[in-house]
Amino acid sequence: MKKILILGAGMAGTVMANKLLLSLNKNLWEITVVDKDENHYYQPGFLFIPFGIYDPEDVVKPKKEFIPKEVNFILKEVQKVIPENNQVLLKDGVVLTYDILIVATGTVPVPEETEGLKGELWYKDIFDFYTYEGTTRLAKKLENWQGGRLVINLAETLIKCPVAPLEFTFLADAYFTEKGIRDKVEIFYVTPLSGAFTKPKATAMLNKLMDEKNIHVVPDFYLQRVDNERKVLISYDEKEVPFDLLVSIPVNKGDQMVEESNMGDEDGLNFIPTNKNTLQSKKYENMFVIGDATNVPASKAGSVAHFEAEILTENILSYINGLPFEASFDGHANCFIETGFGKATLIDFNYTTEPLPGKFPFAMVGPMDLLKVTRANHMGKLAFKWVYWHMLLTGKKLPVTTHMSMTGKLVEN
Amino acid sequence: METIAIKKLAEVEVNAEGYLKNMSDWSSELAKEVASKENIQLTDKHFEVLNWLRTKQAEGVPLSIRKIGNSGLVDIKQFYALFPGGPLKISSKIAGISKPASCI
Repeated sequence: MKKILILGAGMAGTVMANKLLLSLNKNLWEITVVDKDENHYYQPGFLFIPFGIYDPEDVVKPKKEFIPKEVNFILKEVQKVIPENNQVLLKDGVVLTYDILIVATGTVPVPEETEGLKGELWYKDIFDFYTYEGTTRLAKKLENWQGGRLVINLAETLIKCPVAPLEFTFLADAYFTEKGIRDKVEIFYVTPLSGAFTKPKATAMLNKLMDEKNIHVVPDFYLQRVDNERKVLISYDEKEVPFDLLVSIPVNKGDQMVEESNMGDEDGLNFIPTNKNTLQSKKYENMFVIGDATNVPASKAGSVAHFEAEILTENILSYINGLPFEASFDGHANCFIETGFGKATLIDFNYTTEPLPGKFPFAMVGPMDLLKVTRANHMGKLAFKWVYWHMLLTGKKLPVTTHMSMTGKLVEN
Repeated sequence: METIAIKKLAEVEVNAEGYLKNMSDWSSELAKEVASKENIQLTDKHFEVLNWLRTKQAEGVPLSIRKIGNSGLVDIKQFYALFPGGPLKISSKIAGISKPASCI
């Protein structure tokens, strides 16, 4: 038997296990998945927990529910990969071997990377919301918070789900408005980017929304340290932003085992050099990388991992059959952006095409508006939770094309 | 001996934001001209950073402030001191390379 080893049973790893099981000859290939955490988190749901829209139990299920029985599932922590020997060393000393390795170990927020961020105010007046613990603690904090200066800060430009901080900000505005204390809350969005977003059309639209909602955007702010005593953010060029409550999106890093294996790129953030079209490792031909673990210049988002899984399944089959890679990932991302008060907008883009206005043709569901705030987009976002648990993880076909399509998009000259 | 004519800023193609369209049009003289528009007087240290950026760009490496901080040439604070404001955007413009792409 030949062996495919998948490291990580988050979304990308789980989808790959399901898709490969359907595509490979079971008499020839054995599939194994390794992950250290028994819980699968519906991470898009973390956003809603601080505002009481979702309860914590809405976003957690056991991982083993989504790993097919024919796939070996090992609940252990990986120490490192030894690519030269086609081996993976587990923390308990066990050595696994592979013919093909798929790295899907994702990314985690690392507040320790920034001086003072995980200091005495951590989980008192400073919170993250990209972790289960952070978002549930923040929910408790917001319940009793009487107002003041709320600062949302991105510590790095390269973060998971780049739209979630914007969504958090819009939802906070709505939450405090509905609570009747919006006049007691000042909201600041402090970002290392030059505006609310980067690509021109989406940025113009989102900056306007920020303005309408009386949210102050502080651009080009690259966080160096947090002064806990004075409750101030300080940038590398010594600009300061004071806060009463800080919602931080800390520096994101790839898994520690990437560092142990010396497989990260020059940013020092443990993301693995990966061919952006084939998803093959740039260094090892029998290693493929998917989802947040890669260094490809696409958003670190679930939709991206889903589209990548379609491509990677085809390419692994080509690799096994000794054929050239035919499937090519185009950087496609598709994201609903919650804007508060039961509405949302939608963006769809890839490596070369920025988010454009127009209509997005969801098969079966009907067209939705791109770069416009609508109730239907919000319903689409909420419906996605069901799609995620029941269709996406188990590798079923979704009503969205793998490659970005220009159908419905409006292009100006 | 082949001589390459050094072009002035007015003679090269730039995009709407002032970034050089052709990396090969760059010269240290041109860099000084672009820098003066940003109110920066270029020193040897500036040129070390500019040359590093050009080398990485030619290798196809995506650039970030963090990567420059890890380059061993300057730390992030020094990078900000050399190119105040938006150091990566400004240094890229002076280095004659394209505006750093962002993934989102």
